[in-house]
Amino acid sequence: MNIIERFEKIDRRIIFLLVLFAVIIPLLFPIGFEIKVSAPVQKFYDAIEALPPGSMVLVSSEYDPSTMPEVYPMNQALARHCFAKDLKIIGMGLWPQGIPLNQASMEQAAEEYGKEYGVDYVNLGYKAGGIVVISSAAENIPKTFPLDYTGRPIGEFEIMKGVRNFDNIDFIISLSAGDPGVREWIMIAQGRYGKKVACGVTAVSAPAFYPYLNAGQLQGLIGGMKGAAEYETILETSGTASRGMDAQSIAHGLIIFFILFANFFYLLGKRRKK
Amino acid sequence: MIETLGIWIAALLTLCILSFLYKDNPFYKFAEHLFVGVSAAYWAVYSYFNILLPNLIQPLFGQGQFLLIIPLVLGIMMIMRLFPKVGWMSRWPLAFIVGSYSGYHLITYLQSNAVEQVRATLVPFVQIESWKNLFTGPGVITFLNAIAIPVVIVGVITGIIYFFFSKEHKGVFGGLARIGVWFLMIAFGASFGYTVMARISLLIGRMYFLLHNWLHLI
Amino acid sequence: MKKQIPLIITFIAGMVMVLQFFIPHRPFSDLQQLFNSWFLIITVFAMILGLGNLLKVHTKRLQRKPKGWWYSIVLLAGFAIMFIAGMVWGIERGTFFDFLFWNVHLPMSSMMFALLAFFVASASYRAFRARTPEATLLLISAILVMIGRVPLGNYIWDKLPLVSDWIMSYPNMAGQRAIMIGIALGIVSTSLRIILGIERTYLSGK
Repeated sequence: MNIIERFEKIDRRIIFLLVLFAVIIPLLFPIGFEIKVSAPVQKFYDAIEALPPGSMVLVSSEYDPSTMPEVYPMNQALARHCFAKDLKIIGMGLWPQGIPLNQASMEQAAEEYGKEYGVDYVNLGYKAGGIVVISSAAENIPKTFPLDYTGRPIGEFEIMKGVRNFDNIDFIISLSAGDPGVREWIMIAQGRYGKKVACGVTAVSAPAFYPYLNAGQLQGLIGGMKGAAEYETILETSGTASRGMDAQSIAHGLIIFFILFANFFYLLGKRRKK
Repeated sequence: MIETLGIWIAALLTLCILSFLYKDNPFYKFAEHLFVGVSAAYWAVYSYFNILLPNLIQPLFGQGQFLLIIPLVLGIMMIMRLFPKVGWMSRWPLAFIVGSYSGYHLITYLQSNAVEQVRATLVPFVQIESWKNLFTGPGVITFLNAIAIPVVIVGVITGIIYFFFSKEHKGVFGGLARIGVWFLMIAFGASFGYTVMARISLLIGRMYFLLHNWLHLI
Repeated sequence: MKKQIPLIITFIAGMVMVLQFFIPHRPFSDLQQLFNSWFLIITVFAMILGLGNLLKVHTKRLQRKPKGWWYSIVLLAGFAIMFIAGMVWGIERGTFFDFLFWNVHLPMSSMMFALLAFFVASASYRAFRARTPEATLLLISAILVMIGRVPLGNYIWDKLPLVSDWIMSYPNMAGQRAIMIGIALGIVSTSLRIILGIERTYLSGK
């Protein structure tokens, strides 16, 4: 076996170990790379900044623990941003696992800003059916969500007084890790009811949402942990996303090195065969 | 105390899953099966408290909305699929779900993902402002911005041409389809880059938990 | 009869949803609302079906005792504990159910997907080759995006984040839009075929 073949057939556990080190070492010894804010995240921030105090923001959580490191920091930063601006949050979700994550984010921010459940925010819980749930809520929120996520009638809550349908919602944000998610919100809430919609999505799905952003169907887009870190940077808060950016940089560097290294030997091998 | 116990359980289960990297082993299999069981129960409990209770049980039995018997019966027919002899009954509720989705998708996809996208592509080919910027301050970024709109228009049109398989990809048509493939490759490359980013982020999240919440090293 | 009635149901449900877009008044708006409320309930039963199937498979494994059968006990016990915790003490924050979510479900779900980081790195090393001009283009695009989207890119060349943003916002967007339009047209035609009863594969099987 020559050196080229040897490198091509390297034990994958060595690669695993290198990746693990590339993530752990920068977490233990932070470098402190500067985080620059991209245009889609800036648009997201500006859209929320433009809302007057007291506006009703619907935050729908369509993610689960499997994508938590990417979306949860957005959820936390968003709740802080809304409460800092005195906006009211109505939480809901098209995925059941997103409900406690959204609730925890709102509770944490509520504690920091002295907000109260039922007055400044509420969590309507989960419904199955994706696009149909959105369509149903657009016409009649109390009928679609008669109880909050724990089973309390929503009529009990001050925040829900006068909230009938999407006419009473000023802004919609979908924190989405897949389908059903932001696509359905764009199709129904934006497409049919003309509501302003923005989103925070996983990096895997982010490229597919750029056409919506370009067409003006989305008011802003936060993509992946990097997007969350940018959002934290604008808000001048330090969250888990910002803290992970050094590790993200080094790990990307390592993977690019893998690609270039493997291709170098591939091309070398090809030339030798000729 | 409870919090510490929770962190230890979470850390050990995380390590059980991580052990798969070495090779498939009983610790991983244990965690995998536990995960499936717990997830299924999670869905079941949430479906009860967030859907069955507020949207079926309370309105039907508490407020006498008897029309809800219809979805209840259809729902029970759906479960009949578990029993081969009466499995055909599940076709009725399935037909309702498929029909409703089709109805929604027919219009919404056409509007948001086709018509709106075409509309957003039909913009002036030359953006005077960006060309002015290129001549006043020539550089890589001003050049890229100047060609941005033509790139989009050419990319979308040739990309769609590639997907048109009713005509053989030969001659001028084939050439345009080939340009379309280049754009698709750039899009797939970007998606790959973002996928790498996503997966690394997930690993960072878990490692942060182990180093910060469990080991208190950071 | 076993196929005709489902086809009629599909047609009615589909047409109501289509018509209410064009005639957002009674009776179509009321019918849509009614069908929506039914839909939410029926979907849950579809999930119960999946759940029933899972429990059925693992209970059978306990009876037949094939290799590794005891893992089915783990699965069923996990299900039982989580289910009882939720149904008895509720799902609010601070309950036992919530504890299990944060400390049992969450770490496993997160780590399972985090494992993909290792495999994607391994795949990058083993399979990502510049074999053709198209593959080379894919490779270059991926590298520019990967390095430009992280803070490190800024230190290599301060214009790199802008180049990466440009790729995302224009050529990537154009490619994604072409795919999106193609998929949309496919879905529209399939939906129409389903509503009109031409496409019937979803009714196959028992």
